[in-house]
Amino acid sequence: MKSAPFDYHRPDSAATAAQMLAEFGEDAKILAGGQSLVPMLALRLAYFDHLIDISGLDELKGIERRNGGVWIGAGTTDAAVGADERVCAAVPLLTRVTPYIGHFQIRSRGTLGGSIAHADPAGEYPAVALALDAEMEALSPTGSRQIPAADFFTGLWETNLEPDEVLTGVRFPVWAGRCGFAVQEFARRHGDFAIAGAVMAVELDGDDRVARCGIGLLGLGSTPRRALQTEAAVIGTPVGEVDADDVGRLAMTGLDDVPADLQGSVSYRTKVGAALVARAWAQATNEASTEAINA
Amino acid sequence: MHERTVRVCVNGHHTEATVEPRMTLADFLREQCGLTGTHLGCEHGACGACTVLLDGDAVRSCLMFAVQADDMEVTTVEGIASTDGELSPVQSALRECHGLQCGFCTPGFVMSITALLNDNPHPTDDEIREGLSGNFCRCTGYQSIVNAVHRAAEVI
Repeated sequence: MKSAPFDYHRPDSAATAAQMLAEFGEDAKILAGGQSLVPMLALRLAYFDHLIDISGLDELKGIERRNGGVWIGAGTTDAAVGADERVCAAVPLLTRVTPYIGHFQIRSRGTLGGSIAHADPAGEYPAVALALDAEMEALSPTGSRQIPAADFFTGLWETNLEPDEVLTGVRFPVWAGRCGFAVQEFARRHGDFAIAGAVMAVELDGDDRVARCGIGLLGLGSTPRRALQTEAAVIGTPVGEVDADDVGRLAMTGLDDVPADLQGSVSYRTKVGAALVARAWAQATNEASTEAINA
Repeated sequence: MHERTVRVCVNGHHTEATVEPRMTLADFLREQCGLTGTHLGCEHGACGACTVLLDGDAVRSCLMFAVQADDMEVTTVEGIASTDGELSPVQSALRECHGLQCGFCTPGFVMSITALLNDNPHPTDDEIREGLSGNFCRCTGYQSIVNAVHRAAEVI
């Protein structure tokens, strides 16, 4: 056995899970699909006295239209998100990013909420949540609250969830109109953690000006990052006047904690990141220009 | 720490055991059930040797605890051939196409390919390569395994 010993709890509701978190405090961790947590336990990068297994809770699974957006239960598996036709129609970035998450055997167990709560800077769903201004829904013994994605990711594997809060779902806004979406990710082997990646959402108005733009960067900081400055620079500009390479370069300015490791130096990652953003821009704007997506 | 009783249906047989929560499903299959066909390579989800079917879906049995499989159905490589020992189409194709050499990774490939073809009976070459990307083979090379998937897809 690889993990350090722990007590295992299987609450019958998300509310009970939150109660358990409140009771056990920092010694407890939520176990969902386990595709990130279990390897960390096996490698003894993490130890917890209590694991609270929410993987069997039906209330945390499901995909629904809510308040003009798409609500996805935190316990919905990556495989279910990737295969859902409503998600594909309403939040295509989620559908397109899912194949980049590990391998299909990982996606059988891994969950959308687990990916977001784990907050890996190279994670795919966190970058999409950030780019689209998703809202995280958290439950504690004192009630439920909504957390904007912009406030959610606070550091490497750190979120602003309180110790007694369970992530119960995520609401993704639906971008209607003349929109285009793209995912670009580079890893040495398919399924590996990305060396760098970009997710892009673009909306054009009737005059082919950029009406809205969301750019999420992954693998390029201690958290998923959003290229806000770049978005501001392109919004209002006729799309034909924007140079994709400029968008890529601009998106890399201001990144102050690009990781350096055996996979790549800071300058290498930044070059790859700029190229991927440029490609994502070209792909998303091309899609927005040529087809209207009905959500 | 407190042991727990788990009831798992493994290859059609109901199995019950009391285990430490930290015992992985892979260790449970090997040590409690004696089903050593499920191999352990990396034990952190990279190599795919421990792939089994959980309620029909391919999963890494090293990346879940046995207690999480309570009341679920697990199929291991021992449950793939028919009861009279006749190899499944996937197993036959791997043999015919020389899709194995040392065989250590093979149980994981058998399970992944079985799941892949259940979901997508006629995969393209790209879909096969994507489907095999979660399993490592360190001796045969992958071409003959890809060929075996094409062969199995023709037969099924």
